Amino acid sequence: MIETKSLPTQYATQPGAIQTSSGKTLRTDEMIINMGPQHPSTHGVLRLEIVVDGEIIVDVIPHIGYLHRCFEKHAEHMTNYQQLIPYCDRLDYCAAINDEHSYVLAVERLLKIELPERVEYIRVIMAELQRIASHLIAVGTFGIDAGAFTPFLYAFHERELILDLFEMTCGARLLYNYFWIGGLSHDIPPQFVDKAKQFCKYFKPRIKEFNDLLTYNEIFVKRTANVGVLPKDVAINYASSGPMLRGSGINWDLRRDDPYSVYHKLQWEPQIGKGEMGTVGDVWDRHIVRMREMEMSVSIIEQALAALPEGNVQAAIPKRIRPEAGEVYARTETPRGELGFYVISDGSGTPYRVKGRAPTFVNLSVLPEISRGAMIADLVLIAGSVDIVLGQVDR
Amino acid sequence: MTAEEILNSLKARFGEAIVEAKLDAPQPWIVVDPARTKEIAFFLRDEPSLQFDYMMCLSGVDYNNGKLGIVYHLFSMVHKHKIVLKAFCTKEQPHIQSVAAVWATANWHEREVFDMYGIVIDEHPDLRRILLPYDWEGHPLRKDYKVPEFYNGIKVPY
Amino acid sequence: MGLLDQRFENGNVFVTSLENLLNWARLSSLYQMQFGLACCAIEMMAASASDFDIMRFGIIPRATPRQADVMFVAGTVTIKMASRIKRLYDQMAEPRYIISMGSCANCGGPYWEHGYHVLKGVDRVIPVDVFVPGCPPRPEALLEGIIKLQEKVRKESIVKKSA
Repeated sequence: MIETKSLPTQYATQPGAIQTSSGKTLRTDEMIINMGPQHPSTHGVLRLEIVVDGEIIVDVIPHIGYLHRCFEKHAEHMTNYQQLIPYCDRLDYCAAINDEHSYVLAVERLLKIELPERVEYIRVIMAELQRIASHLIAVGTFGIDAGAFTPFLYAFHERELILDLFEMTCGARLLYNYFWIGGLSHDIPPQFVDKAKQFCKYFKPRIKEFNDLLTYNEIFVKRTANVGVLPKDVAINYASSGPMLRGSGINWDLRRDDPYSVYHKLQWEPQIGKGEMGTVGDVWDRHIVRMREMEMSVSIIEQALAALPEGNVQAAIPKRIRPEAGEVYARTETPRGELGFYVISDGSGTPYRVKGRAPTFVNLSVLPEISRGAMIADLVLIAGSVDIVLGQVDR
Repeated sequence: MTAEEILNSLKARFGEAIVEAKLDAPQPWIVVDPARTKEIAFFLRDEPSLQFDYMMCLSGVDYNNGKLGIVYHLFSMVHKHKIVLKAFCTKEQPHIQSVAAVWATANWHEREVFDMYGIVIDEHPDLRRILLPYDWEGHPLRKDYKVPEFYNGIKVPY
Repeated sequence: MGLLDQRFENGNVFVTSLENLLNWARLSSLYQMQFGLACCAIEMMAASASDFDIMRFGIIPRATPRQADVMFVAGTVTIKMASRIKRLYDQMAEPRYIISMGSCANCGGPYWEHGYHVLKGVDRVIPVDVFVPGCPPRPEALLEGIIKLQEKVRKESIVKKSA
């Protein structure tokens, strides 16, 4: 039975039939529409096969694999663990630093390395800067999905400032190869701290401007409130993570609950969706969670910059990376959720098996569940709020 | 709960379906019978003292001596403990029971294991390839995989 | 009209050949088909945002291949996607140009050795006009690729068929 809460009652009789006002019954059929791999609104090459009755969705069948780049096969053929880091970058290319962080954490746990404090603080600063950059892409493109083009330009303009900071440090704008096993590839340059502080001061009012432009805009609220509601128990059963989980009201953040690096030394809080504009767990909640996480990231960066100790960032990098035989599963909180790497080592310098557990792969499997009963225009917004990056879904 | 207590409560309930365990590793694991993973998974999820309601990861592994396996990483949001389950099978008899009825997230993970390793997941609601084209031949992540020369007229190697 | 009307002394009349006029019109308004595959798509989006702005070259994104002149193949082409790219290329109306952006689209990129599902270069399925190297190429590199394409279009001839 289709949920028809937002339709006039004359359509709500039975599937496959519409009663006209003169009392006649029109027979209807379901139609299959293909939102193909090339589509301006699917963020990447995702194919959605939508079964519709009129405009109401009965079922969505996602087809993925159009960007399967054989990451796990490459992992088994690399000559050492260090060589896999550029491939980890390219999993979630919008948040490359966080991918590297997760993999490097897994290998360091296998090797049982103790890192210098400076390395940990710089990693936190870089990870939070990348989180802001990734959320800016997410909300910018989400605005385009809803029909608003200007927030996209605003978001990408702010993002250029963050990319300048990254380029200053390691030379690359998008895919860095910056976190190395046991340390970093370069130390931050002397002008980095001042520029980062300047950026933090500049960026805070911009979030408010962005909210005024998009988030609290009445049209946007009407389009996103009460749409794509993800209940709590469904979210946990589907192992969602990141803003999908927090948007449904669950207070869970891996930086606090499965701690790694120096997040426990800084003052911050996870942002939860409370259903302010509609139901808890709707699309608007996930959006506001992302906006508030950006503010929280700015505060974390300021604290980490103030507490940055001295040291040598390459002191703990081992000459040969040869973990003993064993396996480990390590996970970190990326902007899209929980990214885990399951690394099996057989005692040689080559990884035996590396499995990347991608948050968007898992979050995307919820899509059929939360979009039944919505309209096709809503499906575009729901898919946008899941914030998929196909490199990570397909690996 | 510690890994030992979890193992004891599993053994008390299932006895011979728990094949072996390695508790002294940094992330201890328990090996289970591949034909009974579903009921073990239901017990792990629903038993009040265990409550493993969050399946972090499900991976396939090729152990390179004719043995394939699936590794399940489970976590409990309520009790905050973790456990690793493993189920092995051979290349001649690659069958493992599905846990998609227990954790809905296992649906896509198991399809990926079938796609990459060729392990047939029994009682899976929708077992077909997920990442590769539906008419691809072979299972790429096996250690003895040979890259095909052509696929539908497109040259595959460099 | 602040620029053109200062240039001609003879009362705003200029003579050119039809070829030059057509080529100038085509290169100044290359409509792009929105087609981002992977990481290079983010750099393409950054190039169309306000800091680098490819709209000043006349490139406007169109959602459908039937109205597009140029397609940036930005990102890794997998074998599953290759037949769809061929179909999209066939749907574009002539004159049509392809810019292959990034090393994955040029030659398979970092996945050339062990990628069983990666197409080693999009020129195995469609003819490419300009290759832009980089992983990912900076937006400025993409702009240089567009300028090279514009030079190529400028030299085209309506009498001789291009390859």
